[in-house]
Amino acid sequence: MIRVVLPGHLRTLAHVSAEVQVHVDGPVTQRSVLDALEAQYPMLRGTIRDHVTQERRPFLRFFACEEDYSLQPPDTLLPEAIASGSEPLLIIGAIAGG
Amino acid sequence: MSGVRVLVGTHKGAFILTSDGKRQKWDISGPHFSGWEIYHLKGSPVDPNRLFASQCSGWFGQIIQRSDDGGKTWTQPGTPPGESTTGPGGMPKAESNKFVYDVSAESGKPLTTHMWYDGTQHPWEFKRVWHIEPSLTDPDTVYAGVEDAALFRSTDGGKNWHELSGLRGHGTGPKWQPGAGGMCLHTVILDKSDPNRIYIAISAAGAFRTDDGGKTWRPINKGLVSPYIPEPRAEVGHCVHHVAMNPSRPGVLFMQKHWDVMRSDNSGDSWTEVSGNLPTDFGFVIDVHAHEPETIYVVPIKSDGEHFPLDGKLRVYRSRTGGNEWEELSKGLPQRDSYVNVLRDAMAIDTLDKCGVYFGTTGGQVYASADAGDNWAPIAEHLPAVLSVEVQTLP
Repeated sequence: MIRVVLPGHLRTLAHVSAEVQVHVDGPVTQRSVLDALEAQYPMLRGTIRDHVTQERRPFLRFFACEEDYSLQPPDTLLPEAIASGSEPLLIIGAIAGG
Repeated sequence: MSGVRVLVGTHKGAFILTSDGKRQKWDISGPHFSGWEIYHLKGSPVDPNRLFASQCSGWFGQIIQRSDDGGKTWTQPGTPPGESTTGPGGMPKAESNKFVYDVSAESGKPLTTHMWYDGTQHPWEFKRVWHIEPSLTDPDTVYAGVEDAALFRSTDGGKNWHELSGLRGHGTGPKWQPGAGGMCLHTVILDKSDPNRIYIAISAAGAFRTDDGGKTWRPINKGLVSPYIPEPRAEVGHCVHHVAMNPSRPGVLFMQKHWDVMRSDNSGDSWTEVSGNLPTDFGFVIDVHAHEPETIYVVPIKSDGEHFPLDGKLRVYRSRTGGNEWEELSKGLPQRDSYVNVLRDAMAIDTLDKCGVYFGTTGGQVYASADAGDNWAPIAEHLPAVLSVEVQTLP
């Protein structure tokens, strides 16, 4: 299982209190993890990626194993530690404004 | 005994205030959607326990929430957690937070440009829902006014949204320009006497009307004069802040423009200024008494550069003559050191007798008058900045 840590506002929206786990068939990438996340928590559709362009919302960043994957192509493989579930994928909201 | 439910949207969540018909003691629930901007909440006139809320965030985009129990519990329509988002054919089951401009060949309009602050052309971009207007007859039909300006409609209780693209495609779009708050469609007025007639207003484009259920629209801004735009009497481009109507007289409209309070007696075909003796005719809110269609309310704000009351005195002004002659209402309102604003959707009026008048401030206060404005008292005092106030009169 893939572990995903959501920012606080999205935890509230998804009715979860801590990190979530999703199952991914095939290569573990930003796209496949987010597809699985949105299938399991459909209320998150459009909140992390734009509905139409599927591009990352500008004030969100993706971190895996202390590396910033935000600017990587969405089909880039995530580290093995993410695929194995030993490390979570962090989705982080920019700290900006109120 | 009848009661009232006041729906308050703020910068950091929604609050629901309830009271019995006396409107003296209030219970406050919330914050709902804590930490999110709630631009607007409104209940269905057909089913008062059905509420819609516009929840948004600069980080996470637009969400539509719905309650079917008067605000006790909320869900995003059509997207229960843990269920597949697609049906047997692979098509999405519901996309309640998806607002996409209709550019389809069958029903849509090309996504053109509008005027940017500097006068150049800028592409249309969806940002948020400013105003939700439930149908007067069908609890599953609801309209949404959005930024960048367009009107959307859902006919399945908010699960799916479709643009009424005739408005954005009216042809004057390149002359529409954002106001300081963005290019927002903030007012939607439905006409119970004519289901095909809808009024909308956009800052800064002006007011528009459809007489065919949203297929075609025409600007209704004749008589508006805005000296601060290139053509002061232009067909479009006016910064209309809010429009109000008493349902018993659907042809009579009242408008708070950027500057100027206006009225129309012919469904918006032409307007005349009724600012009269107001100490300043800049402001955002305007509303109409529930039972006296010539009694209207505004909250004068000092100027476009100074968004607070004159002299630090928070005062509502009431006209019992449909404008021109205004009286100051200040009993119970702060009369010193008050430098709050009252935003365009932050006033509402219940239908009890005497009718209650409510408004919220950017300082987090919600004030209520249970006697049509003669006396006021705060019913909430320390909320986040108030973006919108609506009220439901309950049986």
